[in-house]
Amino acid sequence: MKRMFCALFVLAGFAVTAPAVNAGVLDDVKNRGVLHCGVTQGLPGFSSPDDKGNWTGLDVDLCRAIAAAIFDDPNKIKYTPLTAKDRFTALQSGEIDVLSRNTTWTLSRDTSLGLNFAGINYYDGQGFMIRKDKKVASALELSGASICTQTGTTSELNVADYFRARNMKYEIVSFTTADETLKAYESGRCDTFTTDVSQLYAMRLKLGNPSDHTVLPEVISKEPLGPVVRHGDDQWFDVVKWVLFAMLNAEEMNITQKNIDEAVKSPNPEVKRLLGSEGNFGEQLGLTRDWVVRIVRHVGNYGESYDRNVGIGSKLGIERGLNRLWNKGGIQYAPPIR
Amino acid sequence: MKRPAAESKAAAPPRRGGSLAADPRFRAFVVQAILLIAIVWIGWTLFENIRQNLAAQKIASGFGFFGETAGFGISQTLIPYTEESTYGRAFFVGLVNTLIVSALAIVFATILGFAVGIARLSRNVLLARLAEAYVEVLRNLPLLFQILFWYLAVLGTLPGPRQSTPLLGAVYLTNRGIIFPKIGLEPGSGIVFGALGIGFLLALILRFLQRRQMLMGSERRSFGWLTLLLIVGLPALAFVLTGAPVSLKWPELRGFNFVGGARLNPELLALLFALSTYTASFIAEIVRAGVLAVPRGQTEAAFSLGLSRRTTLRRVVAPQAMRLIVPPLTSQYLNITKNSSLAAAIGYPDFFYVFAGTTLNQTGQAIEIIAITMAVYLAISLATAIFMNWYNRAIALKGA
Repeated sequence: MKRMFCALFVLAGFAVTAPAVNAGVLDDVKNRGVLHCGVTQGLPGFSSPDDKGNWTGLDVDLCRAIAAAIFDDPNKIKYTPLTAKDRFTALQSGEIDVLSRNTTWTLSRDTSLGLNFAGINYYDGQGFMIRKDKKVASALELSGASICTQTGTTSELNVADYFRARNMKYEIVSFTTADETLKAYESGRCDTFTTDVSQLYAMRLKLGNPSDHTVLPEVISKEPLGPVVRHGDDQWFDVVKWVLFAMLNAEEMNITQKNIDEAVKSPNPEVKRLLGSEGNFGEQLGLTRDWVVRIVRHVGNYGESYDRNVGIGSKLGIERGLNRLWNKGGIQYAPPIR
Repeated sequence: MKRPAAESKAAAPPRRGGSLAADPRFRAFVVQAILLIAIVWIGWTLFENIRQNLAAQKIASGFGFFGETAGFGISQTLIPYTEESTYGRAFFVGLVNTLIVSALAIVFATILGFAVGIARLSRNVLLARLAEAYVEVLRNLPLLFQILFWYLAVLGTLPGPRQSTPLLGAVYLTNRGIIFPKIGLEPGSGIVFGALGIGFLLALILRFLQRRQMLMGSERRSFGWLTLLLIVGLPALAFVLTGAPVSLKWPELRGFNFVGGARLNPELLALLFALSTYTASFIAEIVRAGVLAVPRGQTEAAFSLGLSRRTTLRRVVAPQAMRLIVPPLTSQYLNITKNSSLAAAIGYPDFFYVFAGTTLNQTGQAIEIIAITMAVYLAISLATAIFMNWYNRAIALKGA
């Protein structure tokens, strides 16, 4: 029913808002004093509430960085937990300002859904999780299997492509929420659970006995995950895009939460431009000169966020892999600030 | 020359007292015309705003998506469907799934509801109490909870395909659903079914003739053996002559799942159980109320005429009770169709889930899809209501 309301919201939203003339999202957020951020319903490492009810995760950190850049306070955020299925409707209707919810960038989402992807904060791919006692070593042995997945995801489509291309039979059972999917997998309704590999590791932690389950080696798709905004507001699009780039650039220049106070005094012109002691780059975005200082002080750089939430230092323990910076063997690459 | 004419026109209304504005009929017309214009204007503004806003955000609109490839799999397809089929096809797959679960639930809920309702009126205390407990437990728990109960707590705890042992030789109860032998059809099977149909038809004609003979008072002859021969013998003959085109295909465990047999998905079963048992508790109360509402005098009169208990119930109480039962029963049938959209919680691919869920998510065309979804549910409900109203008229008191 919630979906229905959500969709009706969109309808009402489109019907009532004055045509064409919209105040900028950045101004709206500043006036409102709080950022509306769409997240998952609980995906450890990316966006999930901790035992005190605070949202944490790689995707949450991006929202916190945006709030820090705007308000100098990373906590001025209202989080809206969304299912995979409802997320775009919530963004289209204006219920949220930015969707930071491990969302795969695809052409149709970029165009016909009326959305813009502001960058890629996690390079992922789709995999399969299976019980060890099924004695399956490869996804190619999955012919005839029942597969649980979440509806409204690229996983649902990739798995159809993968099996179709290899002439393998399968039965798909798709659920609305990640937890329902996991429960069905755990109860034995399905032989395997498929989604992005990072999510498989995160969801495995929620299972009764995580070590009974294994992730198969095949990665069957490209899943570039990133924050999403609505079409039609280039200024806001730029803000979200450059907050992510700023976090990546900060890591590249070794500016961390710990050394930020010394870094501000650095004579390096690149660092000076990034931290706002030279040029007015923050103001060009509609923010303040010290926007990156705020981001790093409150949230940290991309690498710090990664390690804390999904990396080796976290419960998930996922290698940086593709998500290393371009000069360290990965493909994370941010345009320069100048 | 013109003036008098104009004057006479203007002078006409005052005859009814005062100016044109004082004419109640004219005022009513003006008010309604203004209201109509306002509604049309609001409707047009809403439509225009939607169109412009969608265009401004460059969100796709229109109905072209129906012809595009859906790309997603559906777990229960009663009409042919593959990932390469169109969204239009997916629409019908979902619609059929909704209709089938609703229709089955209506049948089961009616049978169970009538049985429980009558059991509540039974003179057997144990039976009446059991029926009462059934009604009170089932109608007081949320339906979503009951669906999840059946799905997770009952069907979800059944053994996996590899661990299951067959019942009656070939029926497997597993957490993948109920698996049973399938009737395999090869060319020529049409003849066998045709023979079966003809056998039944002939048997019916025979029975009709027999009844007529009885009514006419002629000698009664038994056609029992002939009927049996027609229904069993004729298709059996065809079966042998066409070389056994109809066979049972036994399910066999291969890899992860059973292949060969037919299967009822646990999603369908859970939804069907929950909808049937839940709605039956309401129908039971409707039936009980209907029966109790027939005045006692009617029963007493029938008894004093010497009618048996059975005849009284069938010929006196039931027809009068049905008149009271049918209208609220219609509401329950409508509820079943609408409640079937809770299927999304357990992944049963009903219409709402496939169309207003997955299709909406992938195409992003919320407005078109929600409008179509509303129209479809409205159409199903109206069709049910029209049928029930016709039935209600058919059993209503005639004449008067």
